[in-house]
Amino acid sequence: MRYRTNRWSIRVLMSAALAGFVLVAGCSKPPTRVGEGNRLQILHKGNKSDPQELDPHIVQGVPEHHILQALIENLVTEDPTDLHPVPGQAERWDISPDGTVYTFHLRAGIRWSNGDPVTAHDFVRSYRRALTPSLGCEYAYMYFVMKGAEDYYKGKTQDFSSVGAQALDERTLRITLNGPVPYFLSLLNHYSWWPVHLPTIARYGDPYQRNNRWTRPGNFVGNGPFVLARWDVGHVIVVKKNPLYWNAASVKLSEVRFYPIESIDTEERSFRSGQLHVTEEVPQSKIAVYRRDHPQLLRIDPYLGAYFYRINTTRPQFRDKRVRQALAMAIDRKTIVENVTRGGQLPAYYFTPPDTVGYTSRSAIRYDPEGARKLLAQAGYPGGKGFPPFDILYNTSESHKSVAEAIQQMWKRELGIDARLLNQEWKVYLDTEKRKDYDVSRAGWIGDYADPSTFLETFLADSGNNRTGWTNAEYDRLLKEASRLGDRQTRYELFQKAEAIFLDEMPVIPIYHYTRVYLLRPEVRGWNATILDHHPYPYVWLAPRPEASLATASAAAQRP
Amino acid sequence: MLQLIARRILETIPVLVLVATITFFMMKAVPGGPLDTEKNIPQEIKVQIEAFYGLDQPLWKQYASYMGNLLRGDLGPSFKHANRSVNELIAAALPVSLELGGIALCVALLVGIPLGIAAAVRQNTWIDYLASTTAMAGICLPTFVMGPLLVLVFALHFEQFNASGWDFARDRVLPALTLGLVYAGYIARLTRGGMLEVLNQDFIRTARAKGASETRVVFRHALRGGLLPVVSFLGPGIAGILTGSFVIETIFNIPGLGRHFVTSVFNRDATLTIGTALFYAALVVALNLAADIAQAMLNPKQRAN
Repeated sequence: MRYRTNRWSIRVLMSAALAGFVLVAGCSKPPTRVGEGNRLQILHKGNKSDPQELDPHIVQGVPEHHILQALIENLVTEDPTDLHPVPGQAERWDISPDGTVYTFHLRAGIRWSNGDPVTAHDFVRSYRRALTPSLGCEYAYMYFVMKGAEDYYKGKTQDFSSVGAQALDERTLRITLNGPVPYFLSLLNHYSWWPVHLPTIARYGDPYQRNNRWTRPGNFVGNGPFVLARWDVGHVIVVKKNPLYWNAASVKLSEVRFYPIESIDTEERSFRSGQLHVTEEVPQSKIAVYRRDHPQLLRIDPYLGAYFYRINTTRPQFRDKRVRQALAMAIDRKTIVENVTRGGQLPAYYFTPPDTVGYTSRSAIRYDPEGARKLLAQAGYPGGKGFPPFDILYNTSESHKSVAEAIQQMWKRELGIDARLLNQEWKVYLDTEKRKDYDVSRAGWIGDYADPSTFLETFLADSGNNRTGWTNAEYDRLLKEASRLGDRQTRYELFQKAEAIFLDEMPVIPIYHYTRVYLLRPEVRGWNATILDHHPYPYVWLAPRPEASLATASAAAQRP
Repeated sequence: MLQLIARRILETIPVLVLVATITFFMMKAVPGGPLDTEKNIPQEIKVQIEAFYGLDQPLWKQYASYMGNLLRGDLGPSFKHANRSVNELIAAALPVSLELGGIALCVALLVGIPLGIAAAVRQNTWIDYLASTTAMAGICLPTFVMGPLLVLVFALHFEQFNASGWDFARDRVLPALTLGLVYAGYIARLTRGGMLEVLNQDFIRTARAKGASETRVVFRHALRGGLLPVVSFLGPGIAGILTGSFVIETIFNIPGLGRHFVTSVFNRDATLTIGTALFYAALVVALNLAADIAQAMLNPKQRAN
């Protein structure tokens, strides 16, 4: 009896083991997505999260931008190497001598993906939609450089003809600005300015309200190099080459597939198993490994963004600017980027990232613990004595925590003051920061467009993004004056003065300037390092090569 | 029996209303709202969007209108997925979760029950120790360890599977194994316990005395009673396994329901949170009822009651 049952179980065990063995060792390796993509010119891209929407007048995020860039093209588009504006739907434009009137001449024969011609009226209708309050376009303020846009948006006038956007004929569009805006063409590359096909939107609901189904696959009409083919929430978004795009002949990719992969570890494993050509991020712990073993796959590109700590200047212990300066001077930023973040970030000694379209702040913070101690003593806290303990607020993230721990230790060591770590979930953290219920709070700012003003204007007295309680009339005056000027040199001089005030007053402590750290397969060509992390897809292609998975490649490399 | 079912269904209604009410007010109580973003939204724009979603109304009105829509089976629009309704999101994710859960359930039953029987029949032999240790390992190894481990071995080393995704039939293997093995552990332990209890009862001794073969004793006489604990576990167990697992869906990037549970809370996507919570509650209630019925059919004592 016992013998029979034993024989039965042994048989089962043996067949299970055999099946496992056959499964693992006997099968031929299935083809990878990347290998197939290389053959068929299909780019597989990690895209972090599901897009909130694909309506350029509603979206706010980076994942949305990655997709929309394939679907819609504005008057101008971006050069793939340095993002300077190049002709898009407009073949050329004239700028009036005072820099306030832009006349765009559309290309002949350009079409929407449903075959309708793209006309200057489409652009005017799109601007009107974005500025209609009921739509709730969160980036509507991007239009406020245009004459009459703010008044229309705020309901002071119902007459759109008072806004500086006019279709002179089917192919000529005139935009009148409030004053010269030297970065206007770059501003046009922000998706809030992109055109939509209004008749399509009207077919699926009220074009001036949210929750319209026009962005679903099958409904979506765009004028970009690709059309929307599939959108499965949490799974994949597929865009296919648009044969009606004016420059379709030079578009080499046949498809781009965007995968919303929230977990960076999962994304990295997917990349390693040959499922992605390009990732959105790399886990911090893997950066050193890739740097050592696969440097050809690791990309570290400069990125137009600053990582900094806001100081709540309404709190009594932070009212004295010498305290704020002391805190900033006691931080060893080089140690932080080399030993904590390790992603090639640049230590930030000023707020605006270096070489932002030719602008680099001349004023800078020094790393000077001795000077910091002196300043703190002058402010009445020699050796940190009597300085009330305070919280460093950050949202849940291993990296924010590590940076906060390092800074906590530096402040304790150099200044003798106690900071506690306060971790909050993202939305709670945003709420706390907006209510100014914090002492010191970690923050990040990514430029909306390539110009120093996108950074410095954040801290204007009336900016909703200031959140430090700090205001300075001279700072505001310099920036407002700069916004009325056309000459780049004069504007930059005003920015220099404003940033000097900012760094002297120190309402925020710059820590590092961002880099974009991600993984990229060598087959991907035309993918350049750009400061806004934009990679115009018409210039990207895949150079097919014998398929070699990462694991095989590394095994081959290890062999003597 | 019909009366029992009818009564249980009626009891479900207050439970679901309670779940909807509690979730609704909890979502309203947490700091931060669906429209909060790092970049400040100008006040005038925020007002427009709030009006669109009815967030400018007093709380009781929002609640009344939500419950009114609920009666009509409308779970409302999602905030994060701006042009989709919660009904649509659940409808799209459910088949994925059902498929994954179904395969995982098969894995759990096919591995768990034989393991439990083997352990009970050969109590205190190496078979028992091996089976119990395996079951314990399945329970103790968290899915966030087991999942990446399976990926490392079978996807990255042997290159037989994709590390993530839900495109091909083979993409089901690793997540279903990860999810199934946890449940297999529980099922093995419950089967073993149930079987041991039954195997020591008088009627089994009688069966053996009558000369029934061991196989017949185990599978014909003991198994039916021995599986009762498994059946009552399967009620809530199946609800859990079918509605997806946040961890496994995140590790393997699977577009199932489990991720909506968690990410909707982080996004303060109240309608999606309530919708998924309600759906889950309804499923738990339904499957518990099914388990009770199954148990009644399997257990002559309960059937008599």
